Amino acid sequence: MKHLLSAGDLSRDEAVLILDTAEQLLSVAQRPIKKLPTLRGRTIVNLFFEDSTRTRISFEAAAKRLSADVINFSAKGSSVSKGESLKDTALTLQAMGADAVVIRHHASGAPHRLATSEWTKGAVVNAGDGTHEHPTQALLDAFTMRSRLGDLAGKNVTIVGDVLHSRVARSNALLLDTLGANVTLVAPPTLLPVGVETWPVETSYDLDASLEKADAVMMLRVQRERMNASFFPSAREYSRRYGLDVARMNRLPDHAIVLHPGPMNRGMEINADVADSDRSVIVEQVTNGVAVRMAVLYLLLGGATEGETA
Amino acid sequence: MDATDISRALTRITHEILERNRDAEGVVILGIPTRGVELAERIAAKMAEVEGTTIVPGALDVTMYRDDLRLKAPRALEATNVPEDIDGRVVVLVDDVLMSGRTIRAALDALSDLGRPKAVQLAVLVDRGHRELPIRADFVGKNLPTSLAEKVRVRLSGTDGSDDSVSIEGSGA
Amino acid sequence: MSTVIKGARILGGEATDLLIEDGVIMQIGADLTGDETVDATGLIALPGLVDLHTHLREPGREDAETVLTGTQAAARGGFTCVFAMANTEPVADTAGVVEQVWRLGREHGYADVQPIGAVTVGLAGERLAELGAMADSAAQVRVFSDDGKCVSDAVLMRRALEYVKAFDGVIAQHAQEPRLTEGAQMNEGPLSGELGLTGWPAVAEEAIIARDVLLAEHVGSRLHVCHLSTRGSVEIVRWAKSRGIDVTAEVTPHHLLLDDELVRSYDPIYKVNPPLRSKDDVLAVREGLADGTIDIVATDHAPHPMEDKECEWQAAAFGMIGLETALSIVQQTMVDTGALTWERVAEVMSANPARIGRATTHGRPLAVGEPAHVVLYDPTAKRTIEPADTASLSRNTPYAGRELPGRVVATFLAGKPTVLEGKLQ
Ligand SMILES: [Zn+2]
Repeated sequence: MKHLLSAGDLSRDEAVLILDTAEQLLSVAQRPIKKLPTLRGRTIVNLFFEDSTRTRISFEAAAKRLSADVINFSAKGSSVSKGESLKDTALTLQAMGADAVVIRHHASGAPHRLATSEWTKGAVVNAGDGTHEHPTQALLDAFTMRSRLGDLAGKNVTIVGDVLHSRVARSNALLLDTLGANVTLVAPPTLLPVGVETWPVETSYDLDASLEKADAVMMLRVQRERMNASFFPSAREYSRRYGLDVARMNRLPDHAIVLHPGPMNRGMEINADVADSDRSVIVEQVTNGVAVRMAVLYLLLGGATEGETA
Repeated sequence: MDATDISRALTRITHEILERNRDAEGVVILGIPTRGVELAERIAAKMAEVEGTTIVPGALDVTMYRDDLRLKAPRALEATNVPEDIDGRVVVLVDDVLMSGRTIRAALDALSDLGRPKAVQLAVLVDRGHRELPIRADFVGKNLPTSLAEKVRVRLSGTDGSDDSVSIEGSGA
Repeated sequence: MSTVIKGARILGGEATDLLIEDGVIMQIGADLTGDETVDATGLIALPGLVDLHTHLREPGREDAETVLTGTQAAARGGFTCVFAMANTEPVADTAGVVEQVWRLGREHGYADVQPIGAVTVGLAGERLAELGAMADSAAQVRVFSDDGKCVSDAVLMRRALEYVKAFDGVIAQHAQEPRLTEGAQMNEGPLSGELGLTGWPAVAEEAIIARDVLLAEHVGSRLHVCHLSTRGSVEIVRWAKSRGIDVTAEVTPHHLLLDDELVRSYDPIYKVNPPLRSKDDVLAVREGLADGTIDIVATDHAPHPMEDKECEWQAAAFGMIGLETALSIVQQTMVDTGALTWERVAEVMSANPARIGRATTHGRPLAVGEPAHVVLYDPTAKRTIEPADTASLSRNTPYAGRELPGRVVATFLAGKPTVLEGKLQ
């Protein structure tokens, strides 16, 4: 594994290796010294073209717990023209000796572009690109589900909401399929992408129909602005048809869990009582995020990298 | 070494550990994956037998502390499972083969991140020499002088699914 | 001074000689002699190619292309006449700008430049530009287009279609329903969903074409559809022609060869508008070109400086250069597959575009007494495309590293060689 660009690039073995590694690394958070010397001398750049404090902090904590040097580079709002900045920034980072670039970008494919260009030699980790993918989020979701539900093979996972604009949904659908889970995407037809029938998932317009067999329900963030573009008529209608409230939650099997990649729109896609219920693993997701990202960074940078082979 | 030799060596090591530390009180047995874990379990069992108590051995994966990580593809991590607080206790590290001492160096670093033991002791099934660091074992099953061209192969029933044995391979002689 | 082209196969036929003098083909036959001799043994002679859709970028973006470099690239591609799109800065929406472009073409002498006038002032889609003044200018504009933008307002489109009848003009429509393509990045289909890139649905093209052919029928005007790219568009144009509607259509070389799978790389070299479509659409436009539904191949040569392509997909400019590779791609996709003869290539790349654009001295047959616009082409050559090997100021070719068949050996513009032995003169 040289880069982590898409959850779809991971084989089952690779995905399981990441999850298993994360499981071992989870305990580091409980130790008096929350640090491993593994990536000493490695430089990891967090290159964020889009605000996401949560994701950046999670990657930063992961890198620091592995003793890597971390450089945070927020390119958002910089005066450089949008197009040139990716290349120029990458060249700067290369000159600074970045061993890995964790990139968050508003443009789909930007991490892919960085990885395939000559602009940087380091490993590239996609920390969310446009409406494309967010593979570490999918990994941490899978990790969270696995730790609650056991092996995901044959488990039913329902993903609800704005699939069209969701990089989380894309990455989750691909990864969960790789791990053998059955994925159902539930959304109004306007928020399902064209060609979703070619995805390895079931789709449904009816949330209620998929609740009773779900082992896990993942609620996607739905931006209120979408209703201005006529994706749905009103926030109220959306939440009535596709929001997870207590009544719906009570129809889930007893063991079923509720996930949300955050940040939540309480009262829109998820009801506050659901978010705070025992079934909700939303806080766990945050903790697990650091361990999963440590695992990814370790597996990308912990061994021999190109030009270093013994 | 065959199964009987190995069992006898482990029994001797167990008694030496008890002798050195007077009893099992305050001793934490930690195996270094992979085979050190099984050896630690066997030593702990023998110790429990002698002492008439239960002794829970642990495991200490040292991968993240190794100094040769960049020489190979990243390795999968093994379980770390340290049974109790190690502060002020005697930790006995258990490994199958002692050679360069680098694994033990990594283990000492890993331990120091977990706490501050009163003392750290080292038990190995085989010491084959060729030390690269100032490290020695406190308890040795067998000293096995070898050339660097040779490989010492340890097989354990629990880990390898075959009869216990220690053999030297690739000597050519 | 006279020139003899020895042993050329006119439209791929039997080898013969052509004698050129004073810009005119004086004689065709065996064993002709003249002051100069060009050996064309094994080469195909075609009438000078005409590109109805070129972006020369001058005035305004001389960092990407100029009339000089664009016409040099045209000459290297076998073109003797190019129609320069109006989306320059300033926009070619007045007689002054179109005359300037037209003059630059004449001064440089690599290809005749026929400016296209904007349909609406500043391409803003609000009110008609002075179409008559451009038609009456020295440039004698006959083709009007807001290319880059669609004349999406139905009333404005109707009026434009009607108005240009007064001077035998034609509206060349860039068919793109703007609301359906807001933020669009690539062909809408399973791949756009997978790649998370906003889709450019076929219906956004087809809906405009359908509307426009009905408008053209209603007001009895001439309509030209730029860079048609989908199966549905081909079917609508086929239907319109069967009804006798005066519509012509073009396809670009890249839509004949490339499909949207290339977008998987996220390399903006493949970003173009209309976008690369599905494999099925590629087959459909080839069929449409073969059966005459599509009248012409036009390059939509769209130069961009490298920094507009060396970036993330979404930030990159739309467009690719194509003058120097067009004929090779038509050979590969249409001739080598048996879908077109060289005679038909001469129609779709020379006679038809000249007729649509009313470039009266171009697109003429290679016959005695006709203007000596000639291209000599070696269909047996093979070349691997090297982006730096271009006369264009820009390097944004999507064919880098590809092996393409054929090579333009010589181009004559009114008897004067602009390219000889593959080199600009
Ligand atoms: Zn256009």
